[in-house]
Amino acid sequence: MGNLIEIKGVTHAYKTKAGPFPVLDNLNISVPEGSFCAVVGPSGCGKSTLTRLIAGLMFPDQGEVWLHGERVRSPRKTVGMAFQNPVLLEWRSILKNVILPLEIVAPAMPRAGKEERARELLAMVGLEGFEDKRPSELSGGMRQRASLCRALVHKPDVIILDEPFGALDAFTREDLWQTMHELRVKEPVTAVLITHDLRESVYLGDQVVVLSGRPATTQHVMQIDLPGPRPLEMLYAPESVERLSVLRQQIRIAQGRTETERGA
Amino acid sequence: MRFNWQKVFVPLIAMALLLLFWEWLVWYKGWRSFQMAAPSQLWPAYQRHEALFWQYGWQTLWRTMAGLAISVVVGTLLGMIMGLSRIMNDALYPILVGFNAIPKATVVPVIALMFIGQHDFNTVLMAFLISFFPIAVSVAIGLSTLEPEYRDILRSLGASRFTVFWKIALPKTLPEFFGALKVAATLAFIGTNLVEIITPHGRGLGHLFQSAQTNSDFPLMFAVLIALAILGIFLYYVVVMLERIFAGWAERQPG
Ligand SMILES: Nc1ncnc2c1ncn2[C@@H]1O[C@H](COP(=O)(O)OP(=O)(O)OP(=O)(O)O)[C@@H](O)[C@H]1O
Ligand SMILES: [Mg+2]
Repeated sequence: MGNLIEIKGVTHAYKTKAGPFPVLDNLNISVPEGSFCAVVGPSGCGKSTLTRLIAGLMFPDQGEVWLHGERVRSPRKTVGMAFQNPVLLEWRSILKNVILPLEIVAPAMPRAGKEERARELLAMVGLEGFEDKRPSELSGGMRQRASLCRALVHKPDVIILDEPFGALDAFTREDLWQTMHELRVKEPVTAVLITHDLRESVYLGDQVVVLSGRPATTQHVMQIDLPGPRPLEMLYAPESVERLSVLRQQIRIAQGRTETERGA
Repeated sequence: MRFNWQKVFVPLIAMALLLLFWEWLVWYKGWRSFQMAAPSQLWPAYQRHEALFWQYGWQTLWRTMAGLAISVVVGTLLGMIMGLSRIMNDALYPILVGFNAIPKATVVPVIALMFIGQHDFNTVLMAFLISFFPIAVSVAIGLSTLEPEYRDILRSLGASRFTVFWKIALPKTLPEFFGALKVAATLAFIGTNLVEIITPHGRGLGHLFQSAQTNSDFPLMFAVLIALAILGIFLYYVVVMLERIFAGWAERQPG
């Protein structure tokens, strides 16, 4: 199995009135097929910019983004996205919200087929019986579940998740982490997961990439070669605690602070 | 749903009291019909000109609706252009604000001179000119404030700008659009009446009002005013009904 996502030497700057604003600097990431890559880094270091480059919504000044052995030059139908804000459409039922990508990707698919696929996913994330509800009738966690279903409905080979659990409370977040592991078993997919929660990166990632402060470069890559689906207890096992402390240290370096500076 | 007596009777009683007071005031002061009208004179005034009321009322109504329809089309197009393109927004916004600032009563004679005798056309044009601004602004703001994530879920699948507009941006602006349409409907109605009143030999309820005024026929003037109010309320609720149908999802469930 090769690498499904290859980010090679990506450098990018936003053009602003005050001149170029460098955000990414010689970034390198490889994600094997079927694996989850968690990306952590200081706030504002360019994580969302990275997701837009992978999705083909933007193109890097230098370097290349490859998906499935093809250079990304435009958006592709085989990508799914979910954000911190679930951005569900209030005028559609949950079922119709989940169907939305199919309307773009597979307009010829019969309506019943679309609905069946959406129902199947909704059942997987525990939203059976909520198909006809409006988004405003659901809790934040349920909306985020629906948003994950929408990202997966067209069977993308890559999903890009930009802090999807960031706005949820701790318990709901842990529930969704487990849901994510369950989904992976049934819907194998390659993922880039942006997060600001180190525990989340260790629990869900097969590798964790730590980005440096802006302009972001690949500062540290940690393999998490623990089999999935992982039980929540894993987070408190010694091998996780060890990894967490390494990551914490790396984040501190990324933020421009060192261990000694912090003192006692 | 239980029938809410309070909601029906309280306003009716308030209205009846107001009319009684008005009737009493006219009687007490001894005003004659060329000085002021009493409520009891309104119905006879209406009956005297019943055919005219219906004919002119219909004229006023269809011209307002035609002007409003053009407003919806042109206003939405302008709003789309401004909402989707920064440059066009910068270019058009000052012009629109300037145009909107001109008191429309001054435009009536200009239009009347430009298109002499084309009364229907002038009236519809005026109703349009006075009412497209809120629609354009609301659509423009709705489109330009669309959160980027909404765009990205479809753009990342290769959807065209038009698809994003049609599936997300347009429905998302509907609540603002209908808010603006309520204002626009009232404005268009004012526009129609302005032309009907100001231009000589006009038609429509405005003209009926104008001729009543010339004769100091207060009962007829007030009867026309009430007819106008009824038409205005009718128009407003037509918009409310459309809003329920097309943007009912935006209404919060009570409780
Ligand atoms: N369109 C833009 N034009 C100019 N600068 C931008 C633009 N978008 C983002 N930036 C800047 O680029 C930097 C990186 O933005 P980005 O959103 O990628 O960061 P992030 O790592 O996702 O941040 P957060 O952790 O807050 O989500 C930020 O400093 C931001 O202000
Ligand atoms: Mg971000």
